[in-house]
Order: sequence, then structure tokens, then C-alpha cells
Amino acid sequence: MDINLITNILYMTIITGTPILFVALGELVCEKSGVLNLGQEGMMLMGAVFGFIVAYHTESLLLGFTFAMIAGVLMSLLFGVISMHLNANQVATGLALTIFGSGLSAFVGIDYIGKGLEGLSKSNIPLLSDIPVLGKILFSHDILVYISIMLAAVLYYFFKNTRAGLIVKAVGESPESSEAIGLPVLKVRYLAILFGGAMAGLAGAYLSLVITPLWADNMTAGRGWIALALVVFASWRVERAIIGAYLFGFMSIMHLILQGFGVSISSNLLATLPYVVTIVVLVFLSKNQARIKLFAPVSLGKPFHSNR
Amino acid sequence: MLRSSLKKLCSSLVFVSLIASVSANVAVANEAKKPLKVGFVYVGPTGDAGWTYAHDNGRKYMEEKLGNKVTTTFVESVAEGADSERVIKQLARSGHGLIFTTSFGYMNPTLKVAKRFPNVKFEHSTGYKRAKNVGTYFDRAYEGRYLAGVTAGLMTKSNILGYVASFAIPEVIRGINAFTLGALSVNPDVKVKVVWVSTWYDPGKERSAAETMILQGADVLTQHTDSPGVINAAEAKGVYAIGYNSDMSVYGPNAHLTAIVHNWGPLYTAKAQAVIDGTWKSENVWDGLAENALDLSPFNPVIPQAIQDQINAVKAAIKSGSLHPFAGPIREQSGAIKIAAGKVIPVGDLMGMNWYVKGVDGKLPH
Repeated sequence: MDINLITNILYMTIITGTPILFVALGELVCEKSGVLNLGQEGMMLMGAVFGFIVAYHTESLLLGFTFAMIAGVLMSLLFGVISMHLNANQVATGLALTIFGSGLSAFVGIDYIGKGLEGLSKSNIPLLSDIPVLGKILFSHDILVYISIMLAAVLYYFFKNTRAGLIVKAVGESPESSEAIGLPVLKVRYLAILFGGAMAGLAGAYLSLVITPLWADNMTAGRGWIALALVVFASWRVERAIIGAYLFGFMSIMHLILQGFGVSISSNLLATLPYVVTIVVLVFLSKNQARIKLFAPVSLGKPFHSNR
Repeated sequence: MLRSSLKKLCSSLVFVSLIASVSANVAVANEAKKPLKVGFVYVGPTGDAGWTYAHDNGRKYMEEKLGNKVTTTFVESVAEGADSERVIKQLARSGHGLIFTTSFGYMNPTLKVAKRFPNVKFEHSTGYKRAKNVGTYFDRAYEGRYLAGVTAGLMTKSNILGYVASFAIPEVIRGINAFTLGALSVNPDVKVKVVWVSTWYDPGKERSAAETMILQGADVLTQHTDSPGVINAAEAKGVYAIGYNSDMSVYGPNAHLTAIVHNWGPLYTAKAQAVIDGTWKSENVWDGLAENALDLSPFNPVIPQAIQDQINAVKAAIKSGSLHPFAGPIREQSGAIKIAAGKVIPVGDLMGMNWYVKGVDGKLPH
């Protein structure tokens, strides 16, 4: 393998990992507040289709991404109303949201299948992108890659050092106690859910506007589920979600690269690599049960009846 | 009270959208006196620029040719399996005299429904099981693959070709081998790299697969998957690509050299006419270039005229029968002779192909 190939592999790793990172970060915040939203795939698809439609008609990618986030937010609002106000089972509601999203997005997108548009261009960071090897891998991406990394950093700080982060965690640990000390449990959870929706919508649009600038039915192809699993295996920690997302991206690319090299391992076996390696590594990282308990939101997925 | 009615509303919304997306878009056209009702069951949306799109073009061609003698109905995005049986049954029950089921996974549901409706004729695409009222049909896509190989072999500079493949089934392996043989026939130094993506449709993954092969030196790509992801990647990286199923040049005006396109129209017209005339019989149709069942889409002008002429000459030879893509000598990957010189591959070998010819890089997954 020459250095150019390695550079390109790592470059593609980051691009492949980015949508998964967005979804995982959104769901991580949501789960930290004690809400399990299995509707990621549905929200991503809605983001992907609305982002594409808006960008196609307005020729503005910025508007496309904005409307993708709005679509994701509206979907998550639906989830919020049903699971928070009507106190429906979160697992069932989330699953319904995924089915609803994949159906509705296919319906809305019928006229847009087979249309193309100009994708998001890469923005090289001046000076830094001229560094050999590292410059290409880290500093010549599209703007959303940088945003996803910054977002991860902000969330890391948010949960570690801010009072607001502490409130989200408290609500996820014990909503009853939180309410007793006067925290607005429902409001916090709603905000977390809506944030999750916005991130899923953005991730969907990253697929339909950046990676392959086109809309296709069910184009997320299970990435929402991967991100969901990632949050759990990352034991609800931001830094591990980053590792997981990029590791998954890296293994997805290696599965294809190794085939091109004619490695004599069955491609079916290679295709399982991203899943196996990501899970094994993250399980290994979080093998300490006591520490997992520290980070797992205790009231995750449990319905909460406000007494106010 | 309010809560429960809201819940109902939400669940009915989910239900309605499901119905709308899964089994919607039934279109009926050309009302006339007792015309033959012809039904089509599609696996994808008609706008997929791929497999289903080609079938729907065939339907439109038939409508145009037969005018008020037929009316057509199509149901798109029908999942293979139990769902399809319900759709096929519904079409049979509602007075359709001829029903085309256009995906491999509809094979058993088609046969099951056919048993219950002996007076309805069924045509199943890509399958191998027939019954008294069920025929099968497919095109010799490998002839197009061979031409694509010739094109790629003549256009490559790096002598490395890339092939994005879905699943290791005979149909796909046959395509890879035909493509390789076509390329080798004009360029003995060529190597074909194959990447299996284990999906028919994942634009993101298909694109990544194409990009990894470009990294490894491939400068002409082709695909046996259904999305334009490969063409997309080729356009972005400035290499060439050959499409499949339909003309994909909108996705890569510079990259797209040509595409192998299915042409189902003439067959559909003939089959419907046979039902109208009462001469329909269950058979296996396997038409090729000679019968116009497939073709290449218009060449990209970047292909020099001399090369275009050469490709057309090969096409003419296949059409006339003087050239068979799988005529010996054909060597296996190991170099051993599989088909001796002067012989043509037996049909059984062609239908159940599970080996690579020499020139394909990598190992066939089992």
C-alpha cells in the first residue's frame, strides 16, 4: 500500500463516518435525557428527502440542510407528543416512526428519483490542508465534517462541565427527583428529542446532498440503526461515539478495499467486518460493568408521568 | 378521550402512509371495449432509472403498439415475498388476462396464484420455474456485457477495469465473465477488479465501492447494481463508467460511455398479441441482441469514431450469430481450459455459472 492510498482510505473513512456520527450524537443526547427514540432511520429518511427536494428546487444547499433539519425536528416532535404527552411506549412509538418515515419519504420522493444535483464542495482549510498526508485526511473536507467534529467537542464539554448538561443527565437518571427539585423534566426531554431529530435530519441530508447527491428510496440503508447500536456500545460517552463512528466508517471502506486487492477472504465475511469490529472494540472499551452503570441513564425508555 | 382519539389518529396516519408507499400508484389507462387487461408487478419505483424503469418503458411501448386492444395496470415497489402474492392475486381477480411479474423473488408467489387462476396467463421474468399458464422470459444481458467489455478494453489506459457487483448468483457472475472476455478480446493486458457490495441498491455503498477501485487504478467502471452511484463516483473522479439497465448519462455526462439497456417492449407486445389471438403458450423466452431484446445506449462522443465502429462490428457479429461471447477457448482463473477451442459453452453451464474466467482479479465468494 502506498501512502497515497492510505491517505485516501482515511479520507473516505471520515466521510463515511460523518452521517453516523451526527445521528449518534443526536441520539446520545436524547438517551441521556432518558428517552429512547428508535425512529432514527425514519427521521434520517425524511431529512434526506426534504433536504434533496428543497435543494433541488432552490439550488441552495444551505436551505436544503435547513429544511432537512426541520423535517427531522417535526418527525421527532411527533414522537415527542406521542411518547411524552400521551405516554405511549417509547420503543413501539420509535419503531412506528421509522416505518412511517420510510413510507412517507418514499411517497414524497417519488417524483425526485433519478434527478441529480451538484453536491457540496470541499472547503480546504488554508495552510493546514497543504500539510502532506494529514492535510488531505483532516483538512480538506466539506464544512459539515468540521461541524460534526465541533459538535462532538461541544457536547463533550456540555456533559462534562456545564450545569445544563448536568440537568439533562439528572432528568435521565431520575425524572421524579428532578421534578421534585423543580427541573422542567418534560421541557428538557422535548429539547433533547428535537435535537436528536435535527441531527438525524442533517445526517440524512448529508447522504442525499453530499455523499451521493441524489434521492433514492430507503437510501439510509440501515445507518440509523447502526448509530443507535453505537450509542449503547459507546456506553453513552461522546468520545467513544466518535471512535465508533469512524471505526465503522474505516471498516466499511476496508471491506471494499480488501476485495479490490484480491484478498482471498470471502466477501460475505468481509461485509460483516464493520459490524463485528465496531462492536468488539466498543465492548472491549466498556468491559467494566460498574463504569457502564455510571454512564447509562437509569430511566432510559421508562414512561414518566408528570405530577404538575 | 382526547388521548385515545389522538392515538388512533396517529396509528391511522402510519397505516395510511404505509399503504400509500408500499402498494400505491395503480394507474389504469386506455378504456375501450373489452380490451385485454394486462397487469405488471414491479419491484422498484418506475423512476428508479434502472430495472423497473426499463420494464415500465416496455409497458408503454406495448400500449402504444396495441392501442385500444389492451389496457394496462401496474403496481410498483412491491416487496418480494408474501406481499407480492397478495398483489398478484388482486390483479388476477380483477379481470387481468395477462400478468407480468418482473422480479426473481416473485417466482413462487406467481406459481401459487397461477394455480388458482388457470385462465389467466402469467409471465415471470428471470425465473426458471414454469407451469401450464406461467411462462418465463429474460434477455441475454451477457451479450451486452461483452460489448461493454469491448468498450472498456478499448478505452482504458491503466488496463484496470472495475466492476461493482451485487450478489454472487449465476446471472451476475455471467455478466462479469462476459465483460472480462469482451475486454480481453481487444486488450489482452486488461485486469478486471470486482467488488461485491452485497446489496442491489445502496447508492452510498455503491459509490464507495467505485471510489475504492478508482484508488486502485481502475479507469473504466461498470456495475451490476441498480443505482447510479457508480456513474456518480466516476464523474466526480474523472474516469469512465458504463451503466446498466437504462441510459444513466444524466448522472455523469462526461463519465458515462454507454449503458446496457433492456428493451422489453417488443416481447411484451408479442406476448399480449398472442393472448389476444389465443396462441399464447408457456415457454422460456431468452432473446438477445438479435431479437432487439437489449441494446447499448447512444455512445458518448468521447469514444473515438474508430472505436465506435469496432464496437458496432462486434455487435453485428453477435447479432448474426458468427460470434458467441462464450465461445472457446475459455480459461478458468487457474488458467485451465474450461471450454475448448471451437466449442460454445453449454446452456446449463451458462445458466448455473459459478466460476471466474481468467482475467478476473480476486476470489469468487461462495
